[in-house]
Amino acid sequence: MTGISKRFPGVQALDSVDLELYEGEILGLIGENGAGKSTLMRILGGDYPADAGTIRLNGKPIAPRDVRESMSLGISIIYQELNLAPNLDIASNIFLGREPRKGPLGLVDRKRLYTEAGEIAARVGISALLTTPVEKLSPGERQLVEIAKALSVKSKVLVLDEPTSSLTPSEAAKLFEVMRRLKEQGVSMIYISHRLSEVQEMCDRVIVLRDGRRVGELVRKESASGDSSLAGEDRGEGGLSSFEMVKLMVGRDISRFFPEHADRKSDSEAVLSVRGFRYPGAKAEVNFDLYGGEILGVAGLVGAGRTELATSLFGIESNCAAGSKCHGEVFVCGEKVDIRSPADAIRCGIGLVPEDRKLLGVILEMAVSENITLPSIGSYRPPFMDRKREMRVAGEMVEALDIRTPSLEQQVQFLSGGNQQKVAVAKWLCLNPRILILDEPTRGIDVGSKSEIYRLIRELADRGVGVMMISSELEEIIGLADRVLVMHEGRCTGILDHDMITEENIMRLATGGTAN
Amino acid sequence: MKKVLGMTLLLVALVIAVCVYQSVNYGHVAFFDRGNLFNLAQRVGILGIYAIGAGIVILSGGIDLSIGSIIGFTGVVMAMACSAFGWSPWLVAALVIVMCAVIGLWHGFLIGRFNLQPFVVTLCTLLLLRGLARGISGGISQKLDSFSYLGNGPFLGLPVPFWMLVGIALIMGFVMNFTVYGRYWYAIGRNPDAARYSGIKVNRMRTAAYVICAVLSGIAGVVSVSYTGEVQPASAGLMFEMWAIAAAVLGGCSLRGGEGSIIGIIIGAALIKVMYNGINLIGISTEWEWAVIGVVILGGVIADAAYRQRAAKRVR
Repeated sequence: MTGISKRFPGVQALDSVDLELYEGEILGLIGENGAGKSTLMRILGGDYPADAGTIRLNGKPIAPRDVRESMSLGISIIYQELNLAPNLDIASNIFLGREPRKGPLGLVDRKRLYTEAGEIAARVGISALLTTPVEKLSPGERQLVEIAKALSVKSKVLVLDEPTSSLTPSEAAKLFEVMRRLKEQGVSMIYISHRLSEVQEMCDRVIVLRDGRRVGELVRKESASGDSSLAGEDRGEGGLSSFEMVKLMVGRDISRFFPEHADRKSDSEAVLSVRGFRYPGAKAEVNFDLYGGEILGVAGLVGAGRTELATSLFGIESNCAAGSKCHGEVFVCGEKVDIRSPADAIRCGIGLVPEDRKLLGVILEMAVSENITLPSIGSYRPPFMDRKREMRVAGEMVEALDIRTPSLEQQVQFLSGGNQQKVAVAKWLCLNPRILILDEPTRGIDVGSKSEIYRLIRELADRGVGVMMISSELEEIIGLADRVLVMHEGRCTGILDHDMITEENIMRLATGGTAN
Repeated sequence: MKKVLGMTLLLVALVIAVCVYQSVNYGHVAFFDRGNLFNLAQRVGILGIYAIGAGIVILSGGIDLSIGSIIGFTGVVMAMACSAFGWSPWLVAALVIVMCAVIGLWHGFLIGRFNLQPFVVTLCTLLLLRGLARGISGGISQKLDSFSYLGNGPFLGLPVPFWMLVGIALIMGFVMNFTVYGRYWYAIGRNPDAARYSGIKVNRMRTAAYVICAVLSGIAGVVSVSYTGEVQPASAGLMFEMWAIAAAVLGGCSLRGGEGSIIGIIIGAALIKVMYNGINLIGISTEWEWAVIGVVILGGVIADAAYRQRAAKRVR
C-alpha cells in the first residue's frame, strides 16, 4: 500500500501512509486509538475506498470494492468483534456462504463440507468436534474458527485486529503457535495489538502509526549469535523494544508509566470486609479485607470468577437476588450490610466500573453529562431534575479527569475508548464512594490514556478510597497494586503483600498452586 | 426535535392540501367548520391519551399490545356494571381505572420477574381481555346512556377529551422533563443493563411505564364508551394499539427505545386523525382509509431513515 490517504469530515484519518508486507512475515501495526490502524485495514479489506494511493498485491494494483472482492483476492481481515453465526456449527461457519454443492438442485454437499472443514480445522489446531455450535466455543476457539474461515478461501494475507484481547494466556499461546505455523506456510500476517509484549514476541517488523501518519518502523534483527536484537539504540529482550514503540506511538517519552506506590498506612481500617462470601455457583468461600487508601489488585485467569465476585458484591441481580443466592457476610466500614441491588451497593458507598464498557459502563447514545450523573442525579433534589447542578457536577468531572469532549452534550459514543472509560469512572467519583471496584479498567485503551487511568486510580486511593482492580494484564497489576488477591476457579488462592508481588507468584496462584 | 418539527410541517401541509382541494372542488372549506373541528379535537383527544401511554412504554424499551383490548374491556365493564348495579358511572370509572393499574402491575411483574418478552406478555393480555369482554357480555352490544358529558361535552368551547389530553400531556411532560424518572426511562430504553449498573431500579421503572400505559388506556376506554354511548364487545377498541404505536412512531419514538417525546406523540396522534378526516373530506371512500394511512406512515418512516443515514455518513 503506498500513499494511502483518507479524509473524513473534520479529520484527516490517513495521510499518505505506506505499508509493505512481505511473504511469510508477521508485521505488527501499532498506534494509539484513532491513529488510523483500523481505517487502513478497512481500506485494505474494501470497506471503503481510499481518497488517494494505490494497493498492490504481488505487484498488481488492486482496488477491492467490498469484503467479498478482497477475500477473493486472498485478503482476510479478522476483526475484534468476530463475525460468526453463533448457532451454526464449526464446519458450517468455515464455509458459510461458500458451501460445497452437489446435484442439480445445488444442495449442500454435507460430506464434502465436513471433510474439507476437517482438513482446515486440523491445520489451525481446532480440537472441538466440527458439529459443535460456535456459541459453545471459548473465545479462543472462535478466533481459530475465524482463521480457518480465512484459510478456506486460501488467503495469503491475514489481518488480525486485537485477536488476543478476549483470550486467556494459554489460548493466546495456542493462537501464536498457529500463527507461526501459518508463517512457515508462507501466509503473511498483519498483527494489530495494544499488547506490546505480544507484538515483541510475534512480529518480525513493526510499523507505528500516529495521527494518520506513519511515524516509524522497527525491525527485528537477527544478530550473529542468533539472538534477536533491535535495529536501534535500545536493546530490549525480544528485539523490538517496548520503550521505543511507546515513544513512537505517543510521540513523547512516558518516563513513568505507573504512578508511585503509596505506603499503606497500617492504621487505616478496612472499608470492606468479606467473610465466607460465596457468589452463586462459586465452589468455595472468599475472605478478604479491603483497606481505605489501597489498591487491591485482583488477578486470575479468565473464568476464575473475578468478574462474578465483583458483580455479586455490587448486587447485580442476575447473579444475586433472583434464584440462586449469595452466601456470606459483607461489612462496609465495620457495619454488616445486605446488598441486594446496585442501588443498595451505591447507598453503601460502593461503585463498580464494569468490564464491558460499551455495554454496561456507559450508555453510548446519551450525552457525557447524562452519563456522568446517571447514578447520582436521583439524589440531588428528588424526585426532580436539577439541571444546573447536573451541568456543574459534569463540568467539574470533565475538568478533573481531563475528559476530552467538545461539549457536555456530546454523545459518549463519539469519544475515544480512554475518554469513555473516564466517563464510566466519573459516574462514581461524583458520589464520593468509599469503595470502587474496577473490572479491566484499561481494556482496549491506548497507551497514553492507560497511564492517565493509572494515575487517576492512584489519586483515588490517595484520597482514601478502597480500590479493587481486576485485571488480566499482569504488568498493570504488578505496576499498580499494593496487594494482590489471586483467584483460581472461583476460589481465592492467596493474597500477596506488596513485597511478594511477582509475576511468578501470581501465575502460580492463578493456576491453583501456592506462592513461595 | 427535528423530527417533531418535520411532522408538524407535514401536519400543516396536510391541512392546507385538504383545504385547497376542498375550495377548488366544492368552493367551501369544510375542514374549518365548527362541527368538523370539534369532532376532530374529540378524536385526537382520545387517541392522544392512549398514544402517550404507548409512547412511554416504547421509549422505555418495551411494547404494549393490550391497549385496544383494555379499551374494549373497560367499556364493556363500565356499561354492564352501571346497568346491573345501578352505580354511578363515575364510581365505576374509578374502579375500572384501578383495575387497569393492576393489569399494568401484572405486566411489569411478568416482564421483570420472569424475564418474559413484553410483546408476548401483552399479546396474551390482548387476547385474554378481548375474550373476557365478549364472554361476560355474551357478545351483545352494551348501552350506557346517562354518561355522555365526558366524551362529548364542551368545556370552554372545546371537547372534554381534548382538555383531558392537554392535562395528561402537561402532567406527563412534566414527569418526563422535570423529574429524574424521565431520564431513567430514556436510559433504560437505550441500555437497560447499563442503567441497572448505574443503580437505577430497572424493573420498578419499567413496571411504572406499563401501569401508566394501562391506566391511560383505561381512561381512554371510559372516555370512548362515554363518546359512543354503547360498546360492541367484539370491535370496541379493536386495533387501537396499532394506532397508538403508529402515532408514537410518527411522533419520533423509536421501537428500539430511548427516543421520543410527549409533544411528538401528540403531533403523531393529530396527524393520524387529520389524515382520517382529510380522506373523508376530499371524498375518498372510507374503505381506502387504512391503505392511505399505511402508505403515509411508511413514507414518513423511510424519509426519517434516509435522513438519519445521511446524517450518520456526515459524522463518519
